[in-house]
Amino acid sequence: MTTKLFGEPVRRREDARLITGRGRYLDDIGAGALAAAFVRSPHAHARITDIDVEAALDVEGLVAIYTYEDLTGPMAEPLPVLIPHPQLHAPRTGYPLADGVVHHVGEPVVMVVATDRYVAEDAAERIVVGYEELPVVVGIDTARAAEHAVHPDVPDNVAARHHQETGDVEPALAASPHTLTFTQTIERSACTPLEGKGVHARWDPDDGSLRVYSSTQASTSVRAAIAAKLELSLDRVEVIAPDVGGGFGVKIVHPWPEELLVPMAAMRLGREVKWAEDRREHFVSSAHERGQRQEVTVGFDDDGRLTALDVHVWHDNGAYTPYGIIVPIITATQLVGPYVVPVYRVVVESLYTNTVIVTPYRGAGRPQACFAMERTMDRIADALGLDRAEVRRRNLITPDQFPYDHHLTFQDGRPVVYDSGDYPGLLEKLTALVGWESVEERRAEAAGRGKLLGAGMALYVEGTGPGPYEGGHVQVLGSGKVLVSTGLTSQGQGHETVFAQIVASELGVPMEDVEVHTGDTRRFGYAVGTFASRAAVMSGNAVALAARGVREKALRIAADVLEADPSDLEIDEGLVQVRGTPGASIPLRTVAVLSNPLRYAFDEAAKQATQFATHDDTKPPVAPGDAPGLEHRDYYSPLRSTFASGAHAAVVEIDPQTWEIDVVQYAVVHDCGNVVNPMIVEGQVHGGVAQGVGGALYERMAYDADGQLQNASFMDFLVPYASEVPDVVIDHQQTPSPLNPLGIKGAGEAGVIPGSAALASAIEDAVGRRVAAMPISPSELYDLVRDDTAERTAASTRRTGATA
Amino acid sequence: MTSIDTERTVSLTVNGVPREARVPVRRVLADALRDDLGLTGTHVGCAHGVCGSCTVLVDGEPVRSCLVLAVQVQGAAVTTVEGLARDDHRGGQVLHPVQEAFRECHALQCGFCTPGFLVTIAAGLEARDAAEEITEEEVDELVGGNLCRCTGYTNIKKAVRHAAATMREDAR
Repeated sequence: MTTKLFGEPVRRREDARLITGRGRYLDDIGAGALAAAFVRSPHAHARITDIDVEAALDVEGLVAIYTYEDLTGPMAEPLPVLIPHPQLHAPRTGYPLADGVVHHVGEPVVMVVATDRYVAEDAAERIVVGYEELPVVVGIDTARAAEHAVHPDVPDNVAARHHQETGDVEPALAASPHTLTFTQTIERSACTPLEGKGVHARWDPDDGSLRVYSSTQASTSVRAAIAAKLELSLDRVEVIAPDVGGGFGVKIVHPWPEELLVPMAAMRLGREVKWAEDRREHFVSSAHERGQRQEVTVGFDDDGRLTALDVHVWHDNGAYTPYGIIVPIITATQLVGPYVVPVYRVVVESLYTNTVIVTPYRGAGRPQACFAMERTMDRIADALGLDRAEVRRRNLITPDQFPYDHHLTFQDGRPVVYDSGDYPGLLEKLTALVGWESVEERRAEAAGRGKLLGAGMALYVEGTGPGPYEGGHVQVLGSGKVLVSTGLTSQGQGHETVFAQIVASELGVPMEDVEVHTGDTRRFGYAVGTFASRAAVMSGNAVALAARGVREKALRIAADVLEADPSDLEIDEGLVQVRGTPGASIPLRTVAVLSNPLRYAFDEAAKQATQFATHDDTKPPVAPGDAPGLEHRDYYSPLRSTFASGAHAAVVEIDPQTWEIDVVQYAVVHDCGNVVNPMIVEGQVHGGVAQGVGGALYERMAYDADGQLQNASFMDFLVPYASEVPDVVIDHQQTPSPLNPLGIKGAGEAGVIPGSAALASAIEDAVGRRVAAMPISPSELYDLVRDDTAERTAASTRRTGATA
Repeated sequence: MTSIDTERTVSLTVNGVPREARVPVRRVLADALRDDLGLTGTHVGCAHGVCGSCTVLVDGEPVRSCLVLAVQVQGAAVTTVEGLARDDHRGGQVLHPVQEAFRECHALQCGFCTPGFLVTIAAGLEARDAAEEITEEEVDELVGGNLCRCTGYTNIKKAVRHAAATMREDAR
């Protein structure tokens, strides 16, 4: 049989070029292109009174300057609300260039095009924009107070009020033996891929066509947006995502102003134009996420079992809502996690502030959801004096309850019905992996060294692989090469490798013969995009189905040649053979040649398919309903999302002198169904955990009251270095999804989800003070411990010694 | 008024090859390498010297090429990621042990920060006694100055150990 590839830690195809400097990222394309730079608003909320470009006109090398006045047709209209929703009652979006009013620092006001970026910035800094400052709204509390409005026609600053409930929560709470009510907050962070956004556009005036390269997670939809905004026929626009230097969600938003303006300039100037985002631009004019305030009321019985849950979330959506209320919906629906919640009500109010937009960052509302639910579990345990793992165990959905319907509506408009899982299995593996039973001994040992030790855990369920669909195309060439394409994009997930593994396994060919292309609308025009841990599920299944179609056709053609029944044939190592009859075989590449009846023999192989070489004159060369070529296109469109799951535990040691928080152990149990490539899945988990730790201990967006982002650089926004990221131990569980042919669930986001919840739990366990705001720095922890009014956990009062 | 006050011709050796570029004096080395010499393997991640993606070797020492002007490296020998592999004199290349280790250990995902890590680690490993087993402190030191947003560093550290072990074998 063909070497088993599905499930193997196959080394990546991508790496050969990336480790030798031969990758092709956005800014590596278009040497000699004109460069764009932007004049961006220095104010969080202001009316533009004047734009004076006079001083810039003398800059040698200046080519063009564009303001809102230069935008015509659809370009002069607001940017699209990409994901409309009935509960998004007041959607607002900006313009490609500001139309009179700016709503956050960093909003583009003027685009300058020049011979190179240095010159473009020279010209940009000479442009004088007059502003009349308007009142600024920063932070959830200020937005709720609504003394000022971000958008005058939305006086309460509420963009959306998202509401779901599964029963009558108030009587259920009233009837609960115990209730707890508490408030907690989580701060803003951001994706910060090492490569910022970027766009390169080339207009062909003779052909009337536009080619755009964009560092995007959604090339097909960028293409459609450009065609609509620039009033081009879709077939005149092609969009390609080249090598992309990380995405983590920020590059799913589109069209970014620059994705429209750079092509517009290329068309007007008849020259190639490029813009590569710099780091400050990325901080102030891309997107952030995570900022929420949560009020939780939970009812539970004497055993710690949930009876009712009522959650009110205030979500900071920044100045505009181009991505709709996807993040609020995900928080609302993923909050229930792996637990049975008899009655649940959630309201998420999405609020405007004069800050950069809030759109999905890896996890997309799930880290906040997990923070709410898992800290609820910790509080129940504390109130009842129970072990935190035990309280969770009592509330878990059990394996015999699948499919499990939460009676909620997910981000894809489909019901939240968990397809499969084994949550008690996760918890058991986790407690064993981290050594949960020995935490008290370790606490005592650490206390002997003058350290405060604490442990925490968090479980999650992650809806992955939402529709509507992805497609795949597989074609076998006469050379034996197998071309695979799918429309969604790649930002480091190793799609070239995993899709090749899937196709090689399905088709029975050596992996070296398979070549995968993603995110190129010239090759595949129909796609949704890479987000929500969906690529392996959606495109993985699509390319598998396409490969199965190719296999079926190959067997049919080979059966004719070999005078055998197709069901007696197998394909192994690129050879179609009669099972159990050595020698009765035909190479797949020959089948590919024969699949395309020819008149002209352009090479040696082609001779086999010409009219005098083939012999059956009783049938037309191409049968009705058939097509020339050994290729197949297929689509995978799921009924609903798959639900992956996992459990993390963290052990921290805190120095009571410096209050430095050292994560000394981090354990992960992960279940994403069948695994195509365990090496890649582990890599995804590692990266996610690092972002989870960053979000819990280091990263925040420090806006001042004027809406100035005080830490818009890598000097001040603390992306963890290696020294801040703990070693991660991983255990796996595989509960296949019954929803798709390959039985897989997504893995991309999982690692980041429980970070803040698990670390808050561990820190709280170490210091005995309630940790209700994340991230937490050593200074904040010091303040918390020194605050006499800070709530002490009941567990800490039961414990003797070893507490701050 | 002109925006370009002065230009200079800079002569340097890049990856063993003498090169010359006529550059504005304000052009940083990263841009000169990428735009004037066509070596786009060096990436600019932050342009303020923190992320380390743009790291190249100047006379063997890791340098953030976004913080150095091209005119400052007049006469120097610069090594970029394109220069890490060696010519095998049969039309191909022999990868540096660090490059091999990165592939073997899945130490890269998007690959954008990778060139900076590769040249830094390669320089560090070559500067030490290859016969000595590498310590965890050395590993931490070699990876500690660069940012990666994809990998969580676990596999990068693994790759350093792997590369050091390979070089140790070779040194025997």
